[in-house]
Amino acid sequence: MVRLRYEIEGGNFNRAGNASSNVKKVLKQLNIDQRLIKKIVVALYEAEVNIVAHAYEGVVDVEISPSQINLILRDKGPGIPNVDEAMKEGFSTASQKVREMGFGAGMGLPNIKKNVDLLEIETTVGVGTTLKMTKFFNDATE
Amino acid sequence: MKLSLIVELLDARLVSGKIEGEEIERGFCSDLMSDVLTLETDRMLLVTGMANLQTIRTAEMADIHYVLLVRNKKASKEMLNLAAESGIVLIETAMSSFRCCGILYGAGLKPVY
Repeated sequence: MVRLRYEIEGGNFNRAGNASSNVKKVLKQLNIDQRLIKKIVVALYEAEVNIVAHAYEGVVDVEISPSQINLILRDKGPGIPNVDEAMKEGFSTASQKVREMGFGAGMGLPNIKKNVDLLEIETTVGVGTTLKMTKFFNDATE
Repeated sequence: MKLSLIVELLDARLVSGKIEGEEIERGFCSDLMSDVLTLETDRMLLVTGMANLQTIRTAEMADIHYVLLVRNKKASKEMLNLAAESGIVLIETAMSSFRCCGILYGAGLKPVY
């Protein structure tokens, strides 16, 4: 079991993606199928950008076993008032600054869901959000 | 399509990476990185007017090896460093997105959708 931890700074777009980039390198070293790596790191990157865009700070915990990868992203932030709405394509509460970076079109959470096998969202308004994502390594043919 | 032909057709400058390389099959044009991250295609050229570090990060995550910055947008030093580290070829042109896409499509570069 490989365990990794990264800290995410809210608002700092210069560092957004550092965790995803690092996880991508580790997965390559572990010889995971390239198509699976892309799905995993796209989901992680979207989630990382969400923390940078919306929260004050966050932590990413990564667990890689021979069968799967678990990614847990916990943030301190505004939380998501309506998860069903946030899961709809096109729904966004992102700021102008976030939109200027090429994000905030309301495609993040739906795209995360598309790329992972399991997604769980726990959120409390005014406290923060936890995203738990799992991708199994045995579905490279999907 | 070879990168060398793309550079010639668009009067572009290579600012990171090597001119020789694999055949580029498809092109996609967007300033919206969220949109780029939904693509399942790789081996493609991203045509964009969005010149910031997240453009290169997005390309890195999405396995996009070729990025064209239009309208004289310049890659920053951080973008160049990240592109070099991630093996992403970066080119710049004075032409608009519309003009680049028209020329490349006309010359046979396939669309993603």
